[in-house]
Amino acid sequence: MDFCIGIRGNDFVLLCEDMNAAQSIMLHKQDHEKMLDLNDHLLMTRTGNLGDGVQCAEFLQKNIQLYQIRNGYEMRSSAAAHYIRKYLADTLRSREPLEVNLLLGAYDVISNTPQLYYMDYLGSMATAPFCAHGYGAMFATSILDMYYHPGISVDEAIGILNKCIKELKKRLIINFSKFNVKVVDKDGIHKLPTISVEDGIHTH
Amino acid sequence: MTSRYDRAITVFSPDGHLFQVEYAQEAVKKGTCAVAVRGADCIVLAVEKKAVAKLQEERTVRKIVQLDKHIVMAFAGLSADARVLISRARVECQSHQLTVEDPVTVEYITRYLAQIKQQYTQSNGRRPFGVSCLLAGFDKDSDTPRLYQTDPAGNYFEWKADAIGRSAKTVHEFLEKAYQDDLVADRVGTIKLAVKALFEVVQSGSKNMDVAVIAKDKKLEMLTTDEISKYVSEIEKEREEEAQRKKRGR
Repeated sequence: MDFCIGIRGNDFVLLCEDMNAAQSIMLHKQDHEKMLDLNDHLLMTRTGNLGDGVQCAEFLQKNIQLYQIRNGYEMRSSAAAHYIRKYLADTLRSREPLEVNLLLGAYDVISNTPQLYYMDYLGSMATAPFCAHGYGAMFATSILDMYYHPGISVDEAIGILNKCIKELKKRLIINFSKFNVKVVDKDGIHKLPTISVEDGIHTH
Repeated sequence: MTSRYDRAITVFSPDGHLFQVEYAQEAVKKGTCAVAVRGADCIVLAVEKKAVAKLQEERTVRKIVQLDKHIVMAFAGLSADARVLISRARVECQSHQLTVEDPVTVEYITRYLAQIKQQYTQSNGRRPFGVSCLLAGFDKDSDTPRLYQTDPAGNYFEWKADAIGRSAKTVHEFLEKAYQDDLVADRVGTIKLAVKALFEVVQSGSKNMDVAVIAKDKKLEMLTTDEISKYVSEIEKEREEEAQRKKRGR
């Protein structure tokens, strides 16, 4: 029932997620932030089971922090991505499989490249210029196919995001009211204005 | 093959001593000196750098380590034992934050290390850790700097200023005489006192000293050799002047 989307530019990765916290038919919260900073240049968003998502994200965050304290430098984005993927793969065949699909937005400060990783609860991983999770992904991916081009700017990416959200409002049965948007670049993780559907999908 | 150890190594002597623990404390006294001074708004750790062998890379010898973003530790004694404790402490710092969402207090992590050390004085087949630690940092939502010390027995105390390792007693005596609250009211004063205290032991100067400053919400700052040299030359100058004054007589 959730939705998250990632768009990669030349020097940034933009991640957006819906802000619904729901359990079956009951909507608990409409301003719930799921995105988590794993370190200064690693941003993770997720869909799936709410509880599993929190467990997974916080556990990974603390382990990535531990790596930094132990070694004196940040865990590199590809190392972190592979570590996270392995964690999902290990839990899959354990007593407690985690029902979480992840999007990892990262900026590798050593090679100066942005990276976007798509992971699902079965432990598969792929890099992509843009990707999304959830029912909304079916609509968003088509729109991105049409409007995405390499070397996209942050403003253009937000424009495409707005197009996706407009489409979701029109054609998706699930009602999302707010979207949380964050961007990772060489200067770290920055929060962008929340996108609200009620006001006709303009950022405020 | 016995995987169970059935013999205790740390046992009481007839007159109530735990000799293994006392021997561990002797091992600490063999380690290079570490001094810590708590100022009004920072803590300064000054450690003696052992001279490295000619072919050895200097940067691989580290006596001041970070346990978490806000807690720093210096140790004296067996480096390999210290490595084990540091690893356990680092994991506990993250684990604590995972469970209760708050970063550890300095007292908590000190108590945690002290508990581990005590367990090793009361377990079969294990010997005590030959390490004393100085833990410095700030608690969340508090501007008060904190300094704690642990010893191989598993005791821990909070200190205003402390020294461990080689010649710690000499440095202690110096600090007891020299420490004044107004002397350590600012960063410069605190650094100066710490360097002065270490200077009692490390006569050879700044290239054999490592000085770290821990301030609230700031990254751990390691002073450069030049910065330390400046303090050392100031101290040497003051000493000269003091010696001259004494010679001329009051």
